[in-house]
Formats: sequence, C-alpha cells, structure tokens
Amino acid sequence: MLLKIENLRVNYGNVEALHGINLEVNEGEIVTILGANGAGKSTTLNAISGLVNITGGGIFFQDKALHKLPAHEIVKLKITQSPEGRRVFTTLTVQENLMLGAFTSINSERIQKSLKWIYTLFPRLEERRRQLSGTLSGGEQQMLAIGRALMANPKILLLDEPSLGLAPILVKSIFDTVKEINRAGVTVILVEQNAKAALKLANRGYVMEVGNIVLADTAANLLQNEQVQQAYLGGGH
Amino acid sequence: MEEFFQQLTNGLAVGGIYALIALGYTMVYGVLKLINFAHGDLFTIGAYLGLTLLVSMGLFDKIGPLPAVILLAVMVMILVAIIGAILERVAYRPLRQSPRLSAVVSALGASIFFQNAIMAIYSPKFLVYPHDILPKTVINIMGLDIPVMRIIMFLTSLVLMLALYFFIQKTKIGTAIRAAAIDQGAAKLMGINVDRVIMLVFCIGPALGGAAGLMVGLYYGQINFSMGWMYGLKAFTAAILGGIGNIPGAMVGGLLLGVIEALGAAYISIAWKDAIAFCVLILILIVRPTGLLGERVAEKV
Ligand SMILES: Nc1ncnc2c1ncn2[C@@H]1O[C@H](COP(=O)(O)OP(=O)(O)OP(=O)(O)O)[C@@H](O)[C@H]1O
Ligand SMILES: [Mg+2]
Repeated sequence: MLLKIENLRVNYGNVEALHGINLEVNEGEIVTILGANGAGKSTTLNAISGLVNITGGGIFFQDKALHKLPAHEIVKLKITQSPEGRRVFTTLTVQENLMLGAFTSINSERIQKSLKWIYTLFPRLEERRRQLSGTLSGGEQQMLAIGRALMANPKILLLDEPSLGLAPILVKSIFDTVKEINRAGVTVILVEQNAKAALKLANRGYVMEVGNIVLADTAANLLQNEQVQQAYLGGGH
Repeated sequence: MEEFFQQLTNGLAVGGIYALIALGYTMVYGVLKLINFAHGDLFTIGAYLGLTLLVSMGLFDKIGPLPAVILLAVMVMILVAIIGAILERVAYRPLRQSPRLSAVVSALGASIFFQNAIMAIYSPKFLVYPHDILPKTVINIMGLDIPVMRIIMFLTSLVLMLALYFFIQKTKIGTAIRAAAIDQGAAKLMGINVDRVIMLVFCIGPALGGAAGLMVGLYYGQINFSMGWMYGLKAFTAAILGGIGNIPGAMVGGLLLGVIEALGAAYISIAWKDAIAFCVLILILIVRPTGLLGERVAEKV
C-alpha cells in the first residue's frame, strides 16, 4: 500500500471538517473521491499535502508519517497537488510556473525531460510558454496546474476538480490525459464533481458526506450503486 | 538650465536612496501584506553600524577609500540583514496567524525599540562621519559641475537595484519569492519553504536599507537616531508611488520622488521640500491608488 489515511480528523477553528476518515491508495491506482460541496474532499487532499494541520489520526506514505512533515517536505517525497481553482501564479509566465513545479528537483536533465513530457501532454502550453499564465483561458490554466504538479515527477498526484468549469470536450481531453499520466506510472487521487466520468476512469472510489466517508468500493460497483446513482449520477441511466 | 540639471542629478542621487529603502517596504509587503514600520530604523542602524565600523577599523587608512567603502558596505549589509532576520523571527513570525493589526502593532513596537536602543547605545545627539575620507572632486560633464560622490552614490544604488532585479527575475530563488508573493499555499505545493522565503526577504530588504543608511552617512556626514523616520516615510511614499508590492515600481517610485522633491525644492520653495513628497503621496492615493506600475498588485489582491 502506497498511502494510508487512518482515522483522520481536521478542524477549522472549532469546527470539525473531517470526523475521522479512513482511506487507502495502492500503487498505480486511480482513486476518486466524490461528494457534495463541503463534504471535505479538498480538506482531505490538503491534509495529505500538509497545507492544513490535522487534529487526530494520521497519514502514512509507505512508512513515513506525512502529518508530521511541513508541506515542502511532502513535495520532496514526490506527492504533488493540482489544487482546486488551479491557483497558477498569474503574473509569472507559463514556463516559470512549470519550472516552479520542479523547484525541489536539482537534476536539470530530469527537469528538461519532464518539461518535454508535459509539452507533449499539453502542446498548448508549449505554444504559450512565454505568456503570463494569468492571460491563459480557464482550460489552459487547468492544463498548466496539472503540468506544474507533474514537473516534480510525482509518485502520487492529487487532482482537485480538474474538470471544474471546462467545456465537455475539454473535460474528456483532461480525463484522457489523466489516464495517460496514470499509465506512465503515476498514482492518482482524483476529486471530482463529475462523478460518472471519474468513476469510469478510476479503479476505486470513496464517497464523502459532511466529513465522513460513507461508501468505499470499486469504481464499477459504485457506478451501479443506487445511492450513488441517485445522489451523484442524476438518477438511473 | 544649469540649475535644473543640478537639481535633476541631485534628485536622482537622493532618489536612489529612497528606492533602496522602498524596496524593503515593497518586498515585505509583497510576501506578507504587511508594512514593516521598523524598516526605516534598519536604515538608521545601517548608518550607525557603518560609522562604528569605519572609525574602529580604520579601513580608509589601511586599504584606501574605494576598497574601504566596498568592504564597509558588505559588512553593514550582512549585519543589517541578520538584524532583519531576527526582527522577522521575533516580532512577526509568531503573529503570522494573528489578525493583521497585531503585526502592525508589533512593527511599531519594534521601531520604538530600535530607536531607543540606538539612543541608549550611541546617545541622542547627531553624530558625524569623518569628513576627510571621501574625494570632494567635482567633475565637469557637458558643462555641468557635478560632485563625483553624487555620481558614485547614484551608480551604487543603481548597481544594487539591478542586481536585485536580476536575482528576482532570473534565478530560481527569485522566482520562488515572486511565487510566494502571489499565493503562499500554491508556493508550498511547489515544495517552496515559504518560511525561508520570508526570512530571505527580511534579509534582502534590510541589507539594501542598511546600505542606504551607510550611503547617507558617507554623503551627508550627519546621522541621528530618528533619521529613519523621515527617510522611511519618503521611501514608503516612493513604494506607494510605484505600486506597493511591485519591485520595479519601488525603483521607479524612489527615483521619481527624489527628482520631484529636488525640483520642487528648487522651483517652488525649499521650505516645502518635505511637504512635496506627501502631496505626491496624497495625489497618487486619489488619482491612482495602485501606483504607477500597480496593475499587477491589483490583479493579485
Ligand atoms: N479555510 C477554511 N476555514 C474554515 N472552514 C473551512 C475552510 N476550508 C474549508 N472549510 C469548511 O470545511 C468543510 C469542507 O470543505 P472542503 O473544501 O474540504 O469541501 P469540498 O468537499 O472540497 O467541497 P467542494 O466540492 O465545494 O470543493 C466545509 O464545511 C467548509 O466550509
Ligand atoms: Mg473542494
């Protein structure tokens, strides 16, 4: 097992956002986390990345306790995130953004290789590499956010709503790319509102409701699950 | 016309000082959205440390004026950078998660502390730099008699500014500083140690401010524990003028303010010299609150 979350609790001030969740990710998998707004999906990813402090339980990567490390050390372990809302550095160029993704790498040959790979995944980014990233379209910014997270050669890639606000055709293309990234050996944790597409792509899935995990199963089973169909797939189909 | 060019060059020299100090305000504001009110006092400390080192080490006699000034500047910059880092650690870092006002109060407290410490250590009187150590040469450029020290002062600040600009724009660490100024959380996701970036900014800004203090001491010869107040306020104005948070803006704002002030003093009234700077501040806040190069700041706030 690559990543294990045990009884994880997170508080924002006095309000508990995660009430002790358990989650496992195996090497090479795509695991999706589904759930309504405010369920705690982003909080879970941010706890893994070390952006929020945890109040109980633990997060373990192989045998390392991630919850004891600051965010920048977690990136060094090759766990990277493309955050909700993209959060590209708008006044930096596309290429500067990508190079920051490789901030923890020192091997310049390796960096060039990653850069080349990202430019083949997203040729648009190469065309626009000297452009300020704030001037990119939403979809292009999403590509940049994913590309940036890939620059560190992650073992685990956390994707928080990569399809948010994208046209259907682009959603499909982003999901195809996620599949390709996964085939290249990257384990993916995918948070999505687009439940159907996410479950078709993923091996396994978790469903969250107000800070708890209420369902955990293979993606195929979840696609057939009546509860899931009612709540996230817009009824039977 | 002669008068105009004299004032212009004088304004550029003083403006270079403002710009160096303004960079400290703007860089700290960039990463923390905090006005470091103690920054003017770090400038003062630079002037005092410069004097102490100069007198106690007798560098000018030993190695000659140019190497002495360079060595002095390097030592002052390092020492003030260390003081800046300690200031961040003690006065600001513990308050990083607190309301903004706490940090502002802490900044004001640090400023009062520094001024009193200088007063206690050096006395509240004006102190004078030895005045026979630097060349009083005047050189003639296109029919204009300009003190060579004025030119050296301007060039020194220009070199420091260009070095900083190159560092920020072209190096990996510089890019990390820019990234942390835009979005600290996202910067952490890149593996950037944001605490260390902030500490670095609190070294660079004070180092430049300290260098400015030394330059003022060497050029004007007189220093006082409260000199950082007026220079700090002017430099803060320059930072706002250029667009606070914007590094090239602080450079342009500093030079521009120096020139406006010098010309204003010459053509309006010398008595209005300080008032002019603040008229500029009020005007810019009314007409263009984001400053001259401020769009970028507005974009990220
Ligand atoms: N910085 C914060 N401060 C206070 N409360 C927060 C903060 N971030 C999230 N929360 C709260 O924690 C809960 C979980 O939020 P989270 O962002 O993890 O949800 P989510 O599942 O990602 O939702 P969405 O689908 O809307 O992105 C919500 O109730 C939210 O209001
Ligand atoms: Mg979310």
